[in-house]
Amino acid sequence: MNYLYAAYAATWIIHISYLGVLVRRYTRLRHEIEELKKQ
Amino acid sequence: MSRAGSLTLATLAKDLRLEWRSKDAINSMLFFALLVVVIFSFSFDPTAEESRHIAGGLVWVAFLFAAVVALNQTWARELHNQVLDAYRVSPAPANALFLAKALGNFIFVSVLEALMTPLFIVFYNLRALGPAYQLPIVAALGTWALVVNGTFFAAMSLRTRSREIMLPLLLFPISIPALLAMVEATTSILTGEYSAKFWLVLLAAYDVLFTMASLLFFETVLHAE
Amino acid sequence: MKRAFPVLAILTAVLLSYGLYQALVVAPTEQTMGDVQRIFYYHVPSAWTAFILFFVNLVASIVYLASRNPKTDALAVAAAEVGVVFCTVVLVTGPIWARPVWGIWWTWDLRLTLTLVLWLIYVSYLMLRRFSSSGQTPLIAAVLAVFGALDVPLVYFSIWFFRTQHPQPVMGNGGSIDPRMLHALLINWLAFSCFAALVCWSRYRLEVLRREVDETQALEALLEKGVPERGSSR
Repeated sequence: MNYLYAAYAATWIIHISYLGVLVRRYTRLRHEIEELKKQ
Repeated sequence: MSRAGSLTLATLAKDLRLEWRSKDAINSMLFFALLVVVIFSFSFDPTAEESRHIAGGLVWVAFLFAAVVALNQTWARELHNQVLDAYRVSPAPANALFLAKALGNFIFVSVLEALMTPLFIVFYNLRALGPAYQLPIVAALGTWALVVNGTFFAAMSLRTRSREIMLPLLLFPISIPALLAMVEATTSILTGEYSAKFWLVLLAAYDVLFTMASLLFFETVLHAE
Repeated sequence: MKRAFPVLAILTAVLLSYGLYQALVVAPTEQTMGDVQRIFYYHVPSAWTAFILFFVNLVASIVYLASRNPKTDALAVAAAEVGVVFCTVVLVTGPIWARPVWGIWWTWDLRLTLTLVLWLIYVSYLMLRRFSSSGQTPLIAAVLAVFGALDVPLVYFSIWFFRTQHPQPVMGNGGSIDPRMLHALLINWLAFSCFAALVCWSRYRLEVLRREVDETQALEALLEKGVPERGSSR
């Protein structure tokens, strides 16, 4: 049943990776907002 | 003739004349077409029996590459000389420009195909077992399918980084049904195993649909740049 | 609106857990395929969700073409990206399911091929958005989305006919479906739909925020330089 677990794991790896990308973009944006506020 | 029609022809004539005088693109593309045929022939060296089954795919992939090279320089001249701006402010219908470009590309790519085909026939010992008269129809419909979307996507790619790679990236996915139809039609005519009728109808439907869509949206895209 | 997000997040987490339980424990084991068949409970809902998201992108693109509302375009981007993520899941779980059951990784099956082509079209859409440096990218992308949508029926018919001429192995779940299996399937679909809505909403908010920041930065740059010179080059 390795295939079954592989499929489920793959699904969540893909989703978590994308969420990670979003979080990274968001933190970067937050930094830029801080910069702007300082000016 | 209507104003739009005469404008289309005038633009087309101008493009053909310019191309004939400079022969830049023609020469490089002819050589490219020859190279493609030779390399494909080295890579795939089947027997005459097998070649009939795969020649359809090979030929159309080769034509596709040649078409992309031709399409990439569709708007190059206009960009260099800021002609597009002139078009945007003139009252000329944008569709006339698009049709002229598409027709020019069609003639161009057809010439390339006409030169590549005998080479393929020679290298692969091709002989059509089915109705050979249908082959030019497939060629015309298929080429138009690639050229109409290619000219449109070339316009869409104008203001992108990596413009030259953007065109095939956009063109290939959308062309998949047309490519399948072209290849299958050609294969069925060469092998004579089944009728190409469905594929011809599909190609015709594809051509009509995307010609209309391109004409509908070209104005939008032109002004968007 | 802001209160709804955590509530929906918790609901989604609950649904996803329940869905997982249904898929792995409650649903009966399939006769011919065995436990591997349970991939079905993730594969199919992901496909439905991806198609719904692509449809949302199409509608948003058309509305954008009519209204030129930037918020609509932000929704289009969000739906396209999340749609590609779900579509990737479908294309990965499909072969993983096919290999042990039918012995092959891939076949030019109608649904799988259609999913692949949709994935290709939407990845090209995202590439266009990324590489286009024009201020009118949203407009051009919207036109591409419409072209993609027009293509879909043609893709369907071409593959359908190709398969009648060249018979290929059929990958599917067979005819009738046990009600407990259907229940597990629908629960997972609901769960993934909520999940998709959450992620899409987050992506949308990110996009809107991104644009606000860009505009502010552009304004700052303009104010720093003073009045733009006359006859400035492009």
